[in-house]
Amino acid sequence: MEITTTITGFVALYIFLLAAFAGYEIIGRVPAILHTPLMSGSNFVHGIVVVGAMWALLNAGTTLEQVIGFVGVLLGAGNAAGGYVVTERMLEMFKPSSKAASSADDKE
Amino acid sequence: MFSAFLIDAAYFIAAFLFLYGLKRMASPVTARSGIVIAGGGMVLAVAAAFLYGFDVSPRAQPHLGTNLLLLVIALGIGVSWAWYSGKRVAMTDMPQMVALYNGMGGGAAAAIAASELFSGNALAHGPVVTLLAVLGGLIGAVALSGSLIAWAKLDGRMNKTWRLPNQQYVNLGLFCGALAIGAAVVVMGLMDVAQAPVIVVALFFIIALALGVLLTTPIGGADMPVVISLYNAFTGLAVAFEGFVLQNPAMIIAGTVVGSAGTLLTLMMAKAMNRQVSNVIFSDFGSDDGGEESDIEGSMKAADASDAAIAMFYASKVIIVPGYGLAVAQAQHKLYEFVKLLQKQGVEVSFAIHPVAGRMPGHMNVLLAEAGVPYDIIYDLEDINEDFPQADVAVVLGANDVVNPAARTRKSSPIYGMPILNVDQARQAYVVKRGQGKGYSGVENELFYAENTSMVYGDAQKVMMQMIEAVKSLG
Repeated sequence: MEITTTITGFVALYIFLLAAFAGYEIIGRVPAILHTPLMSGSNFVHGIVVVGAMWALLNAGTTLEQVIGFVGVLLGAGNAAGGYVVTERMLEMFKPSSKAASSADDKE
Repeated sequence: MFSAFLIDAAYFIAAFLFLYGLKRMASPVTARSGIVIAGGGMVLAVAAAFLYGFDVSPRAQPHLGTNLLLLVIALGIGVSWAWYSGKRVAMTDMPQMVALYNGMGGGAAAAIAASELFSGNALAHGPVVTLLAVLGGLIGAVALSGSLIAWAKLDGRMNKTWRLPNQQYVNLGLFCGALAIGAAVVVMGLMDVAQAPVIVVALFFIIALALGVLLTTPIGGADMPVVISLYNAFTGLAVAFEGFVLQNPAMIIAGTVVGSAGTLLTLMMAKAMNRQVSNVIFSDFGSDDGGEESDIEGSMKAADASDAAIAMFYASKVIIVPGYGLAVAQAQHKLYEFVKLLQKQGVEVSFAIHPVAGRMPGHMNVLLAEAGVPYDIIYDLEDINEDFPQADVAVVLGANDVVNPAARTRKSSPIYGMPILNVDQARQAYVVKRGQGKGYSGVENELFYAENTSMVYGDAQKVMMQMIEAVKSLG
């Protein structure tokens, strides 16, 4: 297959560098109360691996590759869906007491 | 080729939604919308990935129908199983569930690596891509088997910590063995071998999986959160590496962000527990070093639950320190019911959360949130520690090591230097505890023997019910 946008060499390193700093900055300012949901949330985000497994399965040419691709999609889908559900369940429960709700909104 | 453009565009939007969603998850006010936004990105990316079907490699063309069918089945099973299990899991069991899902992600990354090595795609793209595929496979496989062990331990399916003689050398040997095989595969690619032999790749993954198991089995339950967080970062890195192999920018960005964020979270957790990450992985905390019996003066004094309740009822400022014992007893709902009674009486009640209360940092906040406790009366250690001297009553519920003053004073103590909640500085402290046992670290707690501390023995759930009744009977 022909890929028009190839990511090689230094371009790849630049993406890696910037993404690493983005991750660091996003998590760095998180209050401790959100650490568990955030760990779960980042766990959900790497569930994107499922699209790679989908590519591998669709391009499988042998039975072995089909089996591996199947397992990969299965696991990746579990990662994404499970990560979403538990994170959403946890975050749903975070509610301010009514009196402080307005002041919290101001900060945002 | 139009499909390739659509896929790229979808991935770009998905990458944006992931970053924006994670950013919103960083504040309790917007957190809920954050995961929904990131979820939208995931749905978009998966939908776009179906377009790969329009442009598969010639050797896969005859199998396209079968592969599509397999794809739908795998997605269906994976999503429905995870959805079902994720909806059902109790909040106290959340850490092991995160470990399990994380391990699955690592496994998926390893599967991509295996597929790329078998099919020859990786080798055809040169040594750098092959190397990244190998490294991503190694890290992903370690994250898979390691997370499964972590899950089994936290879920109570595997209580022992066992190790081989000279285990660290065994681990090192396995690691070097895996690297050597990986290097051999890279060399094969350089020598124009089209596909890595199945046996070699299989051996590589068996070694990597064994390494994950052996790395995790010696680690005790108390350190497991750090380990899960570390494997979470590992999986992120593995996904990023496989993203390079597949030239998939969404995987690169999402994986790298999680890799670095996960590393930072791991360090923050380890710091909060007064542990170094290297010690967690390579040493044996709390295994059999409980020999030294300390000479603590004084004796423990028992008190009734009702006495403690009445003391709080007439106090003006009460600080509650919840620990995992509270969550195990499922007493957080009763606790909040009691707190509401106190608040009605005009008592100022705040919750003090140690960074490692519960099983993971922030786990206790989740458990309290489940009981409906608003997050603005919940305080972190740094924010509340100065308030303890002004508190009339401090109540410790199912926590132990995190309130042990030995961490401040006793240099020989294994927990020396760990930040603790200064419950001993409150005018009166009550400790609700099931028995007289020691905490996770196996260290005696001086707080329990202090002049102004009384022990309330009993299951947290029952104690809370007695307290509620005592306060209600006062009118």
